[in-house]
Amino acid sequence: MKILHASTTVERTRALLGSVAAAVSAMLLPAVANAEYGLNLQEPATPIAREIMTLHNGIMIACFVIFILVFSVMFYSMWAHRKSRGYEPAQFSHSTKLEILWTLIPTLILVGFAYPSTGTLIAMEDTTESELTVKVTAYQWKWHYEYMDGSGVGFYSTLSTPSSQILDKEEQGENYLLEVDNHMVIPAQTKVRLLITSADVLHAWWIPKFGVKKDAIPGFINEAWINVDGPGIYRGQCVELCGKDHGYMPIVAEVKSKQDFADWLSQQKAALDSANGDTKVASN
Amino acid sequence: MSSAPGSYYLPNPSPWPLIAAVSVFTLVTGVALWINNVGAGFTIAMVGLAAVLFMMFGWWRAVINESVGGNYNSEVDLSFRMTMGWFIFSEVMFFCAFFGALFYARNLAVPWLEEEMLLWGSYTGGWPTAGPAGAAHIGADVHDVGRGQFGTIGAFGIPILNTILLMTSSITVTLAHHALRHGDRGKLVLWLAITVALGAAFMYYQVEEYIEAYSHLGLTLGTGIYGATFFMLTGFHGMHVTIGAIILFIIMLRCMRGHFKAEDHFAFEAAAWYWHFVDVVWVGLFIFVYIM
Amino acid sequence: MATDHTHGHDGHDDHHDHGPPPFFTRWFMSTNHKDIGTLYLLFSLAMLFVGGSMAMVIRAELFQPGLQFVDPHFFNQMTTMHALVMIFGAVMPGFVGFANWMLPLMVGAPDMALPRLNNMSFWVLFMAFVLLLSTLLVGAPAGGWTMYAPLSIQGGLGIDMMIFAVHMMGISSILGAINVIVTCLNMRAPGMTLMKMPMFVWTWLITSFLLIAVMPVLAGAVTMLLTDRNFGTAFFDPAGGGDPVMFQHIFWFFGHPEVYIMILPAFGIISHIIPTFARKPLFGYDSMVFATAGIAFLSFVVWAHHMFTVGMPLSGELFFMYSTMLIAIPTGVKIFNWVATMWRGSMTFETPMLFAVSVVVLFTIGGLSGLMLAIVPADFQYHDTYFVVAHFHYVLFSGAVMAMMGGAYFWLPKWTGHMYNERLGKVHFWLTAIFFNVTFFPQHFLGLAGMPRRIPDYSTQFTEFNQWSSLGAFGLGISQLLFVYIVFACIRGGKQATAEVWENPEGLEWTVPSPAPHHTFETPPRIS
Ligand code: HEA
Ligand code: HEA
Ligand code: CUA
Ligand SMILES: [Cu+2]
Repeated sequence: MKILHASTTVERTRALLGSVAAAVSAMLLPAVANAEYGLNLQEPATPIAREIMTLHNGIMIACFVIFILVFSVMFYSMWAHRKSRGYEPAQFSHSTKLEILWTLIPTLILVGFAYPSTGTLIAMEDTTESELTVKVTAYQWKWHYEYMDGSGVGFYSTLSTPSSQILDKEEQGENYLLEVDNHMVIPAQTKVRLLITSADVLHAWWIPKFGVKKDAIPGFINEAWINVDGPGIYRGQCVELCGKDHGYMPIVAEVKSKQDFADWLSQQKAALDSANGDTKVASN
Repeated sequence: MSSAPGSYYLPNPSPWPLIAAVSVFTLVTGVALWINNVGAGFTIAMVGLAAVLFMMFGWWRAVINESVGGNYNSEVDLSFRMTMGWFIFSEVMFFCAFFGALFYARNLAVPWLEEEMLLWGSYTGGWPTAGPAGAAHIGADVHDVGRGQFGTIGAFGIPILNTILLMTSSITVTLAHHALRHGDRGKLVLWLAITVALGAAFMYYQVEEYIEAYSHLGLTLGTGIYGATFFMLTGFHGMHVTIGAIILFIIMLRCMRGHFKAEDHFAFEAAAWYWHFVDVVWVGLFIFVYIM
Repeated sequence: MATDHTHGHDGHDDHHDHGPPPFFTRWFMSTNHKDIGTLYLLFSLAMLFVGGSMAMVIRAELFQPGLQFVDPHFFNQMTTMHALVMIFGAVMPGFVGFANWMLPLMVGAPDMALPRLNNMSFWVLFMAFVLLLSTLLVGAPAGGWTMYAPLSIQGGLGIDMMIFAVHMMGISSILGAINVIVTCLNMRAPGMTLMKMPMFVWTWLITSFLLIAVMPVLAGAVTMLLTDRNFGTAFFDPAGGGDPVMFQHIFWFFGHPEVYIMILPAFGIISHIIPTFARKPLFGYDSMVFATAGIAFLSFVVWAHHMFTVGMPLSGELFFMYSTMLIAIPTGVKIFNWVATMWRGSMTFETPMLFAVSVVVLFTIGGLSGLMLAIVPADFQYHDTYFVVAHFHYVLFSGAVMAMMGGAYFWLPKWTGHMYNERLGKVHFWLTAIFFNVTFFPQHFLGLAGMPRRIPDYSTQFTEFNQWSSLGAFGLGISQLLFVYIVFACIRGGKQATAEVWENPEGLEWTVPSPAPHHTFETPPRIS
């Protein structure tokens, strides 16, 4: 877990929830560690995704505890106050004190949920001070990425899983349905702003490990940001029903170190320039 | 007639509900086929429409006979009142959907579109607007606009006249009600006739306005979000005025036959409530569609 | 209320023949709340199977990665139709069936307030489903039950037919709801004040209000869709100044209250079963009524929690997060009141009680996952994944559908005059409860691990849980055949039921013989 400089209450709450979460999940869900099974959210790769994970664990544990408390009372009663044990029914039918109590306690719990969530949400929506902007445009059924640094670098990204695997004629490969021809490439340790839109119907851009999910809406641009911890390949999918091949438009982000990214981008620019040059020559 | 010993009137089995369901089904299926240019859609729709009208005639005739036959006690009467009240509430909610669309588009969607420079360049938004790719708005009441332009109906021409017509008709229907309560059938029928005439006049001008919009202002159903909200709101309202006027006309005929008593005339009141509702919706329209 | 009921005065024939009319008249032209209730219930059962069969197609295709049985477009049609059929065909009409049968019996009325309109509600619904299901022949809608624009702008005749079918369902629901409201407000037996109405009546009264308020809004939304598709309007087209997201706002303004329309009557049924088998009055009646009203009120201001990812302004996201979380409070009150009703009762666990208890437990699982969904940052991870699918099947199947099954066992003896087979009932319960959890519990994990919903095919790491889910679903489906057997066996015969059926149950419905005669409470009972 991230080491928190426990300064604000928000962070203290988060730290608390986080450690409870860690403790309880260590007890209850030993399989969490088993990444193959995936009983919980995917391993986060950005600060925001980590915050979400903490929030999620905290709430889940709290809900779990509430559930156990409420229903241990109920199941105890079902066992103890059975007719077959000869239990005579009491006849009480209300208690204002209890009603107030079980209105107040949930209210307090909810405030406890709302407070840290608000902090995280505000952070998520803050797209200022980004160092790189990538425009993401969704199509039925592919993605287009454009680097908004004036270079004009841009390309489509389409599913590359062979149809023989989809039609079950061949064994499904390792990254079945999660592989594309051209990766979206971004630098690590950099605040990257995404401008997400669509050219036809609704789609949604999501990479679980980044903790970013935003709808792509024709005619409008949605903003999101990511700041990935380190290099690697991260996979996601379109998550808004967009027609026949909604299940077949994956998202793959290749995160490179800053230096590698800079190299990649200049390479792309060079390729683009020479291509443009070629067309000029050709059309003359 | 029912054999129930209680005094709440319970109708015997009736074919009308089934006929209603099948005719509505025929009508909408016909329309669906028609707008998709499939088969005999139009014919089916017309058969359905005829069946719907036949059903309404038959069902209401049955109800009128029961009413005139004195089957409805005060409890049944109260049921009918509540029913009408809640039905009007449902109609209000239907209009809410379209008013909601108007407010949302005008106050949220269009300003947001304005901000999307990357997609829509120098689109300046404002209201009225037909959207970034639609026709440009060039003012109210401008005649013979060019291609790619549209004008809007000014509030203080036909619309204010129509406001006056409908407001007046709300008064005349109330006067008719007073006459009914005082048992003055002559005045009753006179005021009702005036109400129906006012409704008809309203519709006449509404049609004029549409003709004007289509032929001189370049304002059509397809004129972006402005055309869509304008015609859907005024169109559904106009449809309700038409239905209301027809109902009032039938009520007038029934008045002439002496169907209603001074103290017992729910059908009249229901029609009057409906008419007031139509009037109130218009006031909303006049303010939010025409003036603002 | 009129209380003076002299017999046989004007307008009524003096023969007192109370038997049902001949077949065609009885079932096609009915004005009898019990017969119409039966029609609704049978229709609902049939639709459970139609929708269930579609779910079986979905689960079969999702049994393993790759495409085995259907193509992606047909898969989407199945998802869409499954949801529409289940929601508008199985759950809503099912509860209307309960309302028709039970409300007049519970408030001591001779029938629903508007018997002919009542029958029209049923037949309009029936014809709406003829229309909706016939889209399967011409290209069924495939854009999800939420019909989001602009995807719903694509596609042909089938979409328009669906739109008109939705209009007809709307008419049916609105008329039905008006009927319920008027019956509750105007037909109660003398002495039954509002705060003495049975809980099921209260929940239906409030549900009806929700229906009348939101069904017209849905009608408006699909009408705009229709004109955008066919007549060139630009409500949802940004090029014309519209906004696709506007459709979602209007849809969910309907859609969220709609989910409470599907759960409040279930709460009502539970509130009858638990006191009966705990042999103890319902705890906190007044707070139950207020909690129900509170849920209904809040349901109008939470709609955008279904669309946190559309890019709303921060203030909007915060507002809808807080308002959604608030719903946990009145719902919690209901849960706690049920537990308190059971506390120090004298409980037995016949089939209806088993269902009721499991509804309380399993609904709470769904409710708590709902609460997790309400937390915006977390919802960014859950949204449009199987976590959501798990959430809503917990509230819809183990909430609404299982409550209906419990209610059916509870009142079947009153309806048919026979006891159902208790042993088989219990078997049915355990099969349903177990297979339900096998089907849907793993979907939580699938969602968290990142499996999107509405996909016909998935990457290999999701295989194992999907197989659990599919096997569970087949088991769940087959178990329901047992339900059908029990119900029809009970209609045809079985031990004669007494008027009370259970031990000292509370309520007017138990004062009339079993089966309830064709006409009841023609002279209103008096409530002290
Ligand atoms: C019967 C139907 C039903 C019911 C009752 C509910 C109840 C709730 N739902 Fe659910 N919901 C659906 C049906 C339903 N839902 C459907 C069909 C969808 C998907 C639609 C689609 O996209 O196709 C959906 C989707 C959905 C979403 C959108 C998810 C997404 O797409 O990203 C959200 C988000 O907030 C949500 C929240 C809630 C909440 C907070 C409740 C609350 O009412 C729950 C309240 C109950 C409890 C909380 C448990 C009991 C309480 C206690 C024991 C008290 C103590 C507890 C605490 C203090 C924590 N629901
Ligand atoms: C009340 C509502 C309700 C009910 C009861 C159900 C019941 C079931 N549903 Fe669901 N479902 C929805 C409402 C409901 N559903 C909604 C709203 C959606 C969202 C749709 C969308 O995304 O737009 C959805 C989506 C949905 C999905 C996700 C699809 C996707 O995203 O692609 C899945 C997948 O597993 C599923 C499965 C099931 C199963 C296995 C059942 C089982 O409980 C069903 C059990 C079966 C029966 C009760 C019938 C028994 C039938 C047989 C035994 C067949 C025999 C055959 C014949 C007699 C011909 N449903
Ligand atoms: Cu693109 Cu789903
Ligand atoms: Cu909701």
